[in-house]
Amino acid sequence: MSELLHLNKRTVTRARALARTAGAPVVDIAKQHTTVSVERAVLRLAGLSGADVEGTPWVNHLVDRVRADVGLEQGVALPVWHTLRREGLTDITELAQRAAAGSIAFTLPEGRDHERAATNARRAIGGGITRIDRNRVQRDKLIKRYGNPPAPWIYLIVATGDIDEDVPQAIAAAREGADVIAVIRSTGQSLLDFVPEGATHEGFAGTYATQENFRIMRAALDEVSKELGRYVRLTNYASGLCMPEIATLAGLERLDMMLNDSMYGILFRDINPIRTFVDQRFSRQIHARAGIIINTGEDNYLTTADAIEAAHTVTVSQLLNEYFAKEAGLEDWQLGLGHAFEISPEIPDSFRLELAHALLARELFPDAPLKWMPPTKHMTGDIFRGYLLDGFFNLVGALTGQGILLVGMMTEAVVTPWLSDRDLALQNVRYVLNAAGGLREDFHPPRDGFIVQRAHAVLNEAITLLERINDETLLDAIADGTFGLMKRPADAGRGLDGVVIKGADYLNPATEILEGQS
Amino acid sequence: MSQIVRPYGDATGDGMIQVSFTLPLPHDKRAEGAALQLAHKMGIEPAMVVHAKAMGPSFTFFVVYGSVHHLVEVDKVQVIERDFPLLSAKEVNALIKSRLRRPLVVVGACIGTDAHTVGIDAILNIKGFAGEKGLEYYSQMQVVNLGAQVSIPSLVEAARASKADAVLVSQVVTQRDAHLHNVREMTAAFREAFPDGRRPIIIVGGPRFDETMTAELGVDRIFGKGTTPAEVASYLVSRSTTRTPAPAPTRKATR
Repeated sequence: MSELLHLNKRTVTRARALARTAGAPVVDIAKQHTTVSVERAVLRLAGLSGADVEGTPWVNHLVDRVRADVGLEQGVALPVWHTLRREGLTDITELAQRAAAGSIAFTLPEGRDHERAATNARRAIGGGITRIDRNRVQRDKLIKRYGNPPAPWIYLIVATGDIDEDVPQAIAAAREGADVIAVIRSTGQSLLDFVPEGATHEGFAGTYATQENFRIMRAALDEVSKELGRYVRLTNYASGLCMPEIATLAGLERLDMMLNDSMYGILFRDINPIRTFVDQRFSRQIHARAGIIINTGEDNYLTTADAIEAAHTVTVSQLLNEYFAKEAGLEDWQLGLGHAFEISPEIPDSFRLELAHALLARELFPDAPLKWMPPTKHMTGDIFRGYLLDGFFNLVGALTGQGILLVGMMTEAVVTPWLSDRDLALQNVRYVLNAAGGLREDFHPPRDGFIVQRAHAVLNEAITLLERINDETLLDAIADGTFGLMKRPADAGRGLDGVVIKGADYLNPATEILEGQS
Repeated sequence: MSQIVRPYGDATGDGMIQVSFTLPLPHDKRAEGAALQLAHKMGIEPAMVVHAKAMGPSFTFFVVYGSVHHLVEVDKVQVIERDFPLLSAKEVNALIKSRLRRPLVVVGACIGTDAHTVGIDAILNIKGFAGEKGLEYYSQMQVVNLGAQVSIPSLVEAARASKADAVLVSQVVTQRDAHLHNVREMTAAFREAFPDGRRPIIIVGGPRFDETMTAELGVDRIFGKGTTPAEVASYLVSRSTTRTPAPAPTRKATR
């Protein structure tokens, strides 16, 4: 896209450099720690799945037992594969079951046993990474066969709570024109410190993310992709206490996009900052390997604060998300950086402000797909007005070349979308893209005009905020309530007890492979 | 004389309304006839199917206009009228100062699995809602916002620890009536934890509550969609300064 905002290259470089200096110390902290969820993800890569009769996953049992016996400072791989061999077992599920029953004591290997345990662990865990690699190849093959849809990709949400209801709804949505299906998770899953198991039929305002639900939906979308001659992508949510595990399951079941924000869990779910940054880094390394596009959650800043006053916090968050993503190995095409149309329609020039903000994101991240999210906060239940607002939202998307367009529903805040709501919403999108999709060619806001000036002002405010963050540390800034008005100190929040400082002999074969050490 | 009205299209008494709906039928003449039949059964007579559109092979979307015969008897309408004066922030603060002689403590939360804090934040956060500042802005109110997904025991504990005068609970998620179950469970917990007359005022809010269900849910007040912070503040101050007989009635301050 041509540069419409005349952003100063040095200013942009400075903004990125500030994001890097703010983020780098956090990456160092992330490297020094592991979490129960990272260790459980390692076991999932080795093929351990399933749960006991009460629904507690075997990975949770195994990690908890290892932690109780020998701690997690050296990671779960060494004690698990050592004990497996010591007990003469080959099946890791059997080990987990016996461990849960309390009939096995874990020990750490020494000398030659250490090498043997490491080798066996690497082999088992490498198997999971190989499966992720194969899925990526398979996705590329299907996309090659069917072709990629033109931008913006039409992103539709399914949220029934029951996977068996989700499937026909997703198929209908794909047939109606969705390029991406997102299955919203059950409210509250982000705060579960385990991943539920199996096909699920009761969720609140969404369906649980489970490996089996992932598999069922991907299989259904493969069928409909074949029927439509168009690869329909599947999205789910990694955010929360189980980011590493859900990211792993997404890679194992060939999901295509995942919601994965660097600070969402901290700010909006009160998850401990260290836990989040450690989990986030591992999950993004997995996404990078799996060829998954991440979607970040900047819309949340705008719905909890004023969308004009907080515009620059979106930019700061996008820059931080970009830094953390690239550090974890993701490439530009995998960065669905988020932003949203949430300025009050009562405010004069609200549409021009939205255009300015959307264009700023577009030009700051020219090679990222960007995820453009529809109005929710100012959807009042007046569905007619809402339909118009969604039309203007679509127009901003078309004018600023957004890559992923989350389709707005006029019944937002009224009901979960009806069949007709989705149909009307897609007509809205099609009308705007058809009528004005080419308007970008004619759209050259004047250099001294409102839109360009506003974009510059937001970028400058973002730089000021990044400078302030760099005066202290990112963790301190999060603790003082710099983001989204919420104060989140590094020594509080959910999931803190699952954070462990790595010992000198820490071994994580998955990280070794993901970081290219083996 | 009872007042009777009918819906208004462009002339008094024309009874005109519009409805839209989907039938699980392929779009053809029979489907349009089916839409008309439904309209007639709804009391729309004559009815016009002004728009019918196929949505895939087995569903059709309809927009229907027509006149309803029903009469609305205005004097038989039952609503919860606001039974307290609407006050400004200044008046609220002054009343708390003079009658309570200490800050009014408000504890707020979204309970159960509900993570939608938009409602509670609109009422409590200084940012407020609809141009009005939230309760945190009131100098005589002490607000404890516990945020999302708060368990009922921790809400009861927080109310006790902060000596709450009022507990505000927001529920947005209504799937499988979760909002009603959660509130009943909460009020039961408060009844158990506090002796009669010492229990904080319990207010619930959310877009899908029926405001007449207070007794059934065991709460003092239900606030629906569009409630502003000033309404909540005014209710709180009127309720807590003229409370039902408490063991030690608050004496009016001498001015």
